[in-house]
Amino acid sequence: MLRKLAISTAAAATLALSSGAALAAGATGHVEDYAFSYEGPFGRFDQDQIQRGLQVYTEVCSACHGLQYVPLRTLSAEDGPGLSEEEVLAYIDQNFIEVYDDDLQDWRAATPNDHFPASGLENAPDLSLMAKARAGFHGPYGLALNPLIRGIGGGEYIASLLTHYTGSEYEEFGAILYGNETFSGGRIAMAPPLWDDAVVYNDGTPATVEQMALDVSTFLMWAAEPNLMARKQMGFTAFLMLAILSVLLYLTNKRIWAPVKSRAKGATPAE
Amino acid sequence: MSGIPHDHYEPKSNWEKGLAKRLPILGLMYDTIMIPTPKNLNWMWIWGIVLVFCLVMQIITGIVLVMHYTPHVDLAFASVEHIMRNVNGGWAIRYIHQNGASLFFIAVYMHIFRGLYYGSYKAPREITWIIGMLIYLLMMGTAFMGYVLPWGQMSFWGATVITGLFGAIPFIGEAIQTWLLGGPAVDNATLNRFLSLHYLLPFVILGLVIVHVWAFHTTGNNNPTGVEVRRTSKKEAEADTLPFWPYFVIKDLFALAVILAVFFAIVGFMPNFMGHPDNYIEANPLQTPAHIVPEWYFLPFYAILRAFDGEVWVVIIAEFLTAGIVDAKFFGVVAMFGAIIVMALAPWLDTSSVRSGRYRPMFKWWFWVFIVNFFVLMWVGARPAEGIYPYIALIGSTYWFAYFLVILPLLGVIEKPLPQPETIEDDFKSHLGKGGSAGGSSTAASPAE
Repeated sequence: MLRKLAISTAAAATLALSSGAALAAGATGHVEDYAFSYEGPFGRFDQDQIQRGLQVYTEVCSACHGLQYVPLRTLSAEDGPGLSEEEVLAYIDQNFIEVYDDDLQDWRAATPNDHFPASGLENAPDLSLMAKARAGFHGPYGLALNPLIRGIGGGEYIASLLTHYTGSEYEEFGAILYGNETFSGGRIAMAPPLWDDAVVYNDGTPATVEQMALDVSTFLMWAAEPNLMARKQMGFTAFLMLAILSVLLYLTNKRIWAPVKSRAKGATPAE
Repeated sequence: MSGIPHDHYEPKSNWEKGLAKRLPILGLMYDTIMIPTPKNLNWMWIWGIVLVFCLVMQIITGIVLVMHYTPHVDLAFASVEHIMRNVNGGWAIRYIHQNGASLFFIAVYMHIFRGLYYGSYKAPREITWIIGMLIYLLMMGTAFMGYVLPWGQMSFWGATVITGLFGAIPFIGEAIQTWLLGGPAVDNATLNRFLSLHYLLPFVILGLVIVHVWAFHTTGNNNPTGVEVRRTSKKEAEADTLPFWPYFVIKDLFALAVILAVFFAIVGFMPNFMGHPDNYIEANPLQTPAHIVPEWYFLPFYAILRAFDGEVWVVIIAEFLTAGIVDAKFFGVVAMFGAIIVMALAPWLDTSSVRSGRYRPMFKWWFWVFIVNFFVLMWVGARPAEGIYPYIALIGSTYWFAYFLVILPLLGVIEKPLPQPETIEDDFKSHLGKGGSAGGSSTAASPAE
C-alpha cells in the first residue's frame, strides 16, 4: 500500500514540477457573507444555535459524514453545546453510537471519552475541521485583503454550499452530480441535504433551509475550533496587557533618554 | 570588546574577585550588556531583539509541543488535533508557535533590509553578515520542515515539491532526494527525520546567533550614518555612544511590547490568516491539492524558482551549452539558491565607500525598487504560473540579480555621495534640532528615510 502511494506521489511531484507550476487558481464559487455571532474580536458562540446545529448534524449530516476528531465528552463544554453529562450519555444512547474496541475485538457502546464516528460514506469528507479547511473569501488578486477584512469564511462557505443548490442535475460517468453555485466546479456529488422542516427544533425556531444551514455551520465551527471563545478572550487580555506595558515602557524610555537629549541640545558641538 | 574605549568590569567584593579569577563570566556579561552603542540608532535597529525573542519563544513553545506530538504518518495529524483539543492551553501554544514563525520572518526580513540600506554588511562587518545569512538559511530549512510536521495536505505536497528540487540536480539529484527523504517519496521516514532536524536546527541557530552577536560586538554596531564611532579617546567615544543598558534595552523592549501586542491580536483573533486552509485536511498522497503554495515567507524565492521556465532565453542557452544537463528545472533551482548567495556576497559586490544609503542619492532609488520588487515577487509567487504572471516573475527575478550583480558594483563607481556628518554626535544633535523629542528615541529619523 505504502509503496503504491510512494510511486504515485513521486509521479505527481514530477508532474507538478515539470509543468513548472504547482499552482493553479482554485475557483470557489459564490459565497454569501453571513454575519455569524462568533465573528469579530468579541464574537461568541450562540449556545442555542450550536445545539440546533448539533441536531441538524445528528439528524441529517451524520448519515454520511463523521466527526472523528471530536470527543463526545466535549458536547458538555460550556463554550460549546453545553449539554449536561446526563444529556451527553443520552445523546450517545439515543443515536446508538458505537466504537470498535481493539481489546474486545468487537463493537461496543461509546463512552463520553470516545470520539464521534468517522464518515460512514467513503466519499463524504470528515467534518471535524471542515470550517477551517475551507476558505470562503479570497483575493482580490491574491492580496488576501478579503480574508483580512471579512474573515477566512469557512462557516460562510459551508452555509453557502448548503443553500446554493441550483436544482439542476447532471449525469457524469454514471454518477449523479448536483448543480451548486458555491462548490468548486459547480457540480457536487452530495444531493441537496436540507429542505424546509427537515428537522423540528425544540425551541420553536422555524427550520428553514437557511436557518438550518447557519445553525449547522456554527456547530461545525465549534467542532473545528472548540476553544474559539477562550482564544479571543486570551487575545484581548494579552493585547490589553501588552498595550499597557507598551505605554509604561514608552514613558520609561522617554524618561531615560531625556537627560541625554537635553545635554546634547545644551552642549555646543565644539565641546 | 569593540575596540571602543569604555569602562570595564571591576570585581569589587571578595566573592566577585574570587569568581573572576576562576571564571570571568560576570565581566563577560558586563561587557556584553554595557557595550557602547551609537546614540543615533533609529527604530530599524530593534529587530535584533525581536529576533532573539522569537527564537527563544519558538524553542520554548516547540519543546512543549513535542511532548504531545507523534511523528507518524497515521498519527501526526490526529496528535496535532489532540494538542488543539485535549492538551491544556495546547491550542494557544500551537497557535503561538505557528504564527511565531511568521513574526520571526517579518523580523528577519526587516533586519536584512536594514542591513542592506545602511550598508551594515560592509567592512568590517562582513563576517556578521555572512553568519546572518547562514542563520537565515537555517531558519528557512527549519520553518520548512516544521510546516511538514502537522501532516496536512500542504505539509505533504509542499514537502514533495521542495524535496523534488534536489531531484533536479543532474546525475546525483535522484540519489540525494532519496537520501533526504529516506525513501522514494515523502513518507514516515521523512516525517521522522524532519522532526529530528526541526528540533536540532534551532539550537544550531542559537549557537550562530551568539557568534553573530559576538562578531558585531567586536566591530561595534553600525548606525544610520554609517560613520564609525570615534575611538581616539574615551571622551570622544562617550560623546558618540551610550551603554546598551539601559538606553537601548528599554527602547528595544518598548518596540517589542508594541510588536507583541499586534502579534497576540493576530494569534487571538485570526490565527489561521497566515496559514492555508488545506493544511486542515490530513495528508493524502493520492490527492493533489488544487494549488500548492508555500508559506508566505518563501514566496519571493518560489517566484524566482518558477520564473526560469523552458521558454526563457538564458535557460535555452544554458540547456544548449550544457547539452541538456542544465534543464529549466535545474536552472530554476540554481536561480533560487543563487538569489540568496548573491545577497550573501553583497559585501564584496558593493563597491561604494559610503556605508549608509542616507548619503547615496542614486542608491536610494535602486534600493526602494528592490524592496518593492521583493513584495511583487512575493505576490506573484502565490499566483498561478499562467497569463502575465510568469513575465512579472521573470522581470522581478532579473531585477533581484541585477541589483546585486550590476547595480551595486556600478553605483559605487558612478555615484557622487552626499556629505556625511563628521561624527555620530553631530548627527544625534542635528536630529534633536529638528524637534526630534517626539518618539522618545535616539533619533526622529524615520526608518523609511
